[in-house]
Amino acid sequence: MIGHLTATPGKTASVTTKFKQEPQQNTAQFITQVTTRSIEETLKQAIAQIDLPADWIGMRAMRTNSSWRAMRDGRPQQNERGFDQGVMVEVLAEGQFGYSATNQLTPEALRSAAQQAYHQAISSSQWAVHRFTQAVRPKVTGQYISPYQRAFSDLSVGEINHLLRQLCEQLKVSPNIVRTSAIARSHEVESWFVSSNGSDSYQKQMMLETHMGAIAQAHGVTQSRSDNGYLARSYQGGWELFGNAAAGTGSTHDLWQRARRIGDQAIELLSAPDCPNLTTTLVLAPDQMMLQLHESVGHPLELDRILGDERNYAGGSFIQPQDFGELVYGSPLMNVTFDPTQVGELASYPFDDTGTPAERQYLIESGVLQRGLGGLESQARLNVPGVACTRACSWNRPAIDRMANINLEPGDTDFESMIGSIENGVYMESNRSWSIDDQRHKFQFGCEYARKIENGKLTIPLKNPNYRATTPQFWRSLTQVGDGQTLQTYGTPYCGKGEPNQLVRVGHASPACAFENIEVFGGGQ
Amino acid sequence: MAGNPYEAVFNQLLDAISTTLSTTLTPLSGASSDSSSGSPSGSPSDAYAFTAFLAGENSQFTRFNSAKVRQSGQVRDGQLTLTLMSPERSTTASVPFIGHFETDWPLTQHALAQLHADLPHLPVDPYVVLPVAAESNASADNPTQYPAPASSREVRCGKILSAESVAQTIIGPVATLNFSGLYAGGLCYRAYGDSAGNRHWFETPSFTLDYSLFGDRPDQAVKGTLAGNHWNLDEYQKGIAAACEPLKLLAKPVKAVVKGAYRTYLAPAAVGDLMDTIVWGGGLGEAALRQGNSAFDKLARGEVALSNKFSLSEDFERVSVPRFNRNGAVAPQRLPIIQNGQWVNALVNDRSAKEYGTASNAANDEEAMRAPVVAPGNLKSDEILEQLGTGLYISNLHYLNWSDLTAGRITGMTRYACFWVEAGKIIAPIENLRFDDSLYRFLGEGLMDLTENLTFLPAVDTYERRSLGGMWMPGMLIDQFRYTL
Repeated sequence: MIGHLTATPGKTASVTTKFKQEPQQNTAQFITQVTTRSIEETLKQAIAQIDLPADWIGMRAMRTNSSWRAMRDGRPQQNERGFDQGVMVEVLAEGQFGYSATNQLTPEALRSAAQQAYHQAISSSQWAVHRFTQAVRPKVTGQYISPYQRAFSDLSVGEINHLLRQLCEQLKVSPNIVRTSAIARSHEVESWFVSSNGSDSYQKQMMLETHMGAIAQAHGVTQSRSDNGYLARSYQGGWELFGNAAAGTGSTHDLWQRARRIGDQAIELLSAPDCPNLTTTLVLAPDQMMLQLHESVGHPLELDRILGDERNYAGGSFIQPQDFGELVYGSPLMNVTFDPTQVGELASYPFDDTGTPAERQYLIESGVLQRGLGGLESQARLNVPGVACTRACSWNRPAIDRMANINLEPGDTDFESMIGSIENGVYMESNRSWSIDDQRHKFQFGCEYARKIENGKLTIPLKNPNYRATTPQFWRSLTQVGDGQTLQTYGTPYCGKGEPNQLVRVGHASPACAFENIEVFGGGQ
Repeated sequence: MAGNPYEAVFNQLLDAISTTLSTTLTPLSGASSDSSSGSPSGSPSDAYAFTAFLAGENSQFTRFNSAKVRQSGQVRDGQLTLTLMSPERSTTASVPFIGHFETDWPLTQHALAQLHADLPHLPVDPYVVLPVAAESNASADNPTQYPAPASSREVRCGKILSAESVAQTIIGPVATLNFSGLYAGGLCYRAYGDSAGNRHWFETPSFTLDYSLFGDRPDQAVKGTLAGNHWNLDEYQKGIAAACEPLKLLAKPVKAVVKGAYRTYLAPAAVGDLMDTIVWGGGLGEAALRQGNSAFDKLARGEVALSNKFSLSEDFERVSVPRFNRNGAVAPQRLPIIQNGQWVNALVNDRSAKEYGTASNAANDEEAMRAPVVAPGNLKSDEILEQLGTGLYISNLHYLNWSDLTAGRITGMTRYACFWVEAGKIIAPIENLRFDDSLYRFLGEGLMDLTENLTFLPAVDTYERRSLGGMWMPGMLIDQFRYTL
């Protein structure tokens, strides 16, 4: 079990709208006091009153309180709060699931939604891809709340704006910085899952997504640098994640230092040569390994891609069902885990959106493919091992196979030894461009920043660094995996997939890694 | 009214917001500028303004795989986005919209109170644009009349499939084919209202069907789309029949083409994939150009030109989406962006116009195109293969991204029905190839011609909600298109 329990969710409350001049309000839980009955009670009451000849009925309610704060060049760009809530009602009848989602949270509306979902199931059951049973919706009970130290209510809107403006000032290290930006987004996402076979669970994920960026321009050259990639610093937790800025505890020194380094490196890139075109040893920093793992390991291992569900939109996979337990995906140094138990990583949870308990599993062990990223539905259809990763972006989308936390396990090479062992090579940081084919085979990725490796040392900076390869060739070229000291954890709120489309949050942790004989190249026309 | 309560409830909410602002909320005067917030000193004004944008849908989604139903369901959703403004500050909140005033008003009221509490603690925003009555009713006879609020109302009718009939209707003609895709249909509505009295309402029943027919190989398929306000079974069946023709060609042995530069025909859907990248992330807006975040800086500054065969416009006469944006600004019916290879207009929203002292053309917040149309050329459809000669016929592209934004360089993959052509004849389907080329080259000296007919490509994406509209695109014949992997 990760996280800890705090307040009891779902207590009855009343409307508390006020119309006088308020002191600064906290930034979390924008609206919590407006429902007149708890969501949990509403779901239970609705399910108890539904009279349908269904095999199973489930209701997944979600409520999201968000804030988006952004400064550009020290001036407000966005000050926004968001509140959203609704219920996904799923009905299993004649071996087929039907769903109906509504933002009207009354027992009557939920009963009506259940009727619609039932009719959806019945009207399409004749053409079902698979005859499901309620075994793919196991009973789950439990609670989870993201661990955090500083609640989102600890910083006022004024304090957040002040902090973001200070960051813009720190980023502007030169008149040649033509654009600075600083962003902080907080989300409290609560979900309730209640079903006819006794599920009764509650999860509350607190997430903070932050970004800093600078664009530099001089003599017809434009270069950008950011805080490990756009919104790469996305985690579960509270304000303690943003340089201990909340409530005056700790120091913002690291935050200012990072901001100045971003500005300095954007300026540095203006006079840097382009990344050379050559085949060489490539060392990737953890913030680029995040993208590398995501695109060339996470997505191809998704069982719904292998089953063809995604092939009209996101694509299929070069992986075949018989590859599990057999395929040499990468070098023996490659160990990749699905790990929803990592405290603070963006996609940690104890059970997925169908109620399946989530645990750490090896996807690739010593370079050999072991299991896929697919929940109980896909496992039943494909008869291969999977993980608890059936997830939805919100109440208004059905759960499908998704990545969660996909991590590359650390090796035993310290960073200095890794670079020291390379006579000629290129070191790249922070993703800025990504593209891969619909079978997840041929890819081309670009980074913000690179340095040449010469005679065992990092030397001059290089701009517009890119590299391209095919997935198995690339991972089989993995020759060095950094130790735990090089391990860093990042995340992204923008993993897109599904029909209808969904964006979900995923986390990725990785050490620095070295790959041999990779084609690297620069920019320009 | 069109048989639903949404428009009436939205108008009730606008009235209630106006009343609350004018009668209940304490004026901001005297509110301190909290020193801990770092807000610069300034005198918050008594004057409040607001804008409200509504987006909602009642949708049915059915996902198909192998001519069977993978998932099927309905979604009823709506979101009201409310912005409270003083002349120097602005703050926004979004809340659910159900279409039931007694439920929607407490949430909206609570949001309004929260925004009111936040507003004085925000730093001064010099680029706030307050809503104003947008239409002048001045005339020669009475030149001094005050501006009047703008309003529009567009309620479309249609007939689309019932939720229960989707699976049977779609699968019927493709039961023996390897068919995958998504049907999405139902009511969509968008609306705007503000404190200056401007009001806009748009609603339409609509559907999109985005599908692929697969051959023997998992990476070889033919893609099709169908969209509209009226379901037409005959049109659907004809589309399937037409897609089956290239499917036969995909059964031929696959040719692995080595990387290099090849003359290439990009079918309209492939051009649409390119333009999607350009019109969303390419930086056609004033803010992107000014902030070093655009691929078109050199073009906009007149340092280079594209081919005089290439013209790109925003055209709301051809692409049917609301012209009003989230801030109530109404775009012109047609706005040329690039004309005969020369830069003509950046997309400019009201905020950028204020910041950079230029005229607004009512672009959206992102200053991205909403109704893109590329002008046709002279290439006749029955001469495409002959003009291509030897090279590649590309039906679709996939996963495009900027490999060097400011150099205008784009990379991506070929996808679906792509063929090797020799001497004007289709020889074989190809292994997927990666391209990496600069728009300054392939829309410049590399652009040989465009087809004389345009194809409508419906917007089929459903992130957050179903999209409306689409784009009109020709096919393009490009010399020496660069493939790298």
